[in-house]
Amino acid sequence: MTAEAPAHEDARNTHHGHSNGHEAGHGTFKSYMTGFILSIILTAIPFWLVMGEVFDSKILTAALIMVFGAIQIVVHMIYFLHMNTRSEGGWTMMALIFTLVIVFIALAGSLWVMHHLNANMMPMSPEMMKNMP
Amino acid sequence: MSKTNVDPLEKPRFYLEEDHHPESSTNLGFWLYLMSDCLIFAILFATYAVVGRNYAAGPSPADLFDLPLVAINTAMLLLSSITYGFAMLQMERNAKAETLFWLGVTGIFGAIFIGLELYEFIHLIHDGAGPSRSAFLSAFFTLVGTHGLHVTFGIIWLITLMVQVSMKGLIEANRRRLMCLSMFWHFLDVVWIGVFSFVYLIGVVG
Repeated sequence: MTAEAPAHEDARNTHHGHSNGHEAGHGTFKSYMTGFILSIILTAIPFWLVMGEVFDSKILTAALIMVFGAIQIVVHMIYFLHMNTRSEGGWTMMALIFTLVIVFIALAGSLWVMHHLNANMMPMSPEMMKNMP
Repeated sequence: MSKTNVDPLEKPRFYLEEDHHPESSTNLGFWLYLMSDCLIFAILFATYAVVGRNYAAGPSPADLFDLPLVAINTAMLLLSSITYGFAMLQMERNAKAETLFWLGVTGIFGAIFIGLELYEFIHLIHDGAGPSRSAFLSAFFTLVGTHGLHVTFGIIWLITLMVQVSMKGLIEANRRRLMCLSMFWHFLDVVWIGVFSFVYLIGVVG
């Protein structure tokens, strides 16, 4: 082995070690535990809201469930999936944002269109709605 | 290393390709796959959102869903996420036995999750609330079933990797594979957050 080879190997390792900080999947025990404890709290609260029937308002409960769900998804992204704006030169974040835009269009579009379709149908009583296939 | 020693003239080609790039592009490529999977789940969520209240005079979520069971299921998936994290930390330390141990624990939690989900499905179908009962139940079984199928394949992948790690050790290729499965596993946990929030909890609230 020439003298250059170990140096090359060393450079590669240094580079690899350097890139570790940027890439997904290299957390610490502390970051995993932080994410885990936050997840437990963010899971327990919505279950408690529903099972303990804390609020009378269904809309308020549903909205709070979605808010806690969204926060927990962000927590998982940061602490478990190690998302940040720098990994892969920002391309993972770009892909994520692009996907979220598509997801938003698909979800909001479906609900909007189908809601209008429902509203433009013949008037229905709640009993008839219940019997819809 | 021995390969590079065979013919020194080959070396410049390795320099041009840059050693660390293949691994890093694997991560990005796998992330793109996960995003496409995310779109599948988004469409299934959209379907559920549209037809999730069409009960066809059949049972509604409040009649069917057993929240304590869902809570246990959620705990199983959450625990499997943190134990996979521990496996990755042990991998970083090059501790093969500990990595295998935590991977095994992750697999057990995943298997309990699948077992409970199958128990719930069988229970529902037995009560006459199968996927053909109403649009709500079709959408429910498709969405939750697709997630369960992903977890099942994740477990198969996990077992495959455990065999590979135990045979070949924590070599570079296995580290890359474990990394990909880690992203896949945590991603499934993220999807499950959507499922238990949107389908189960809001379903029971009404």
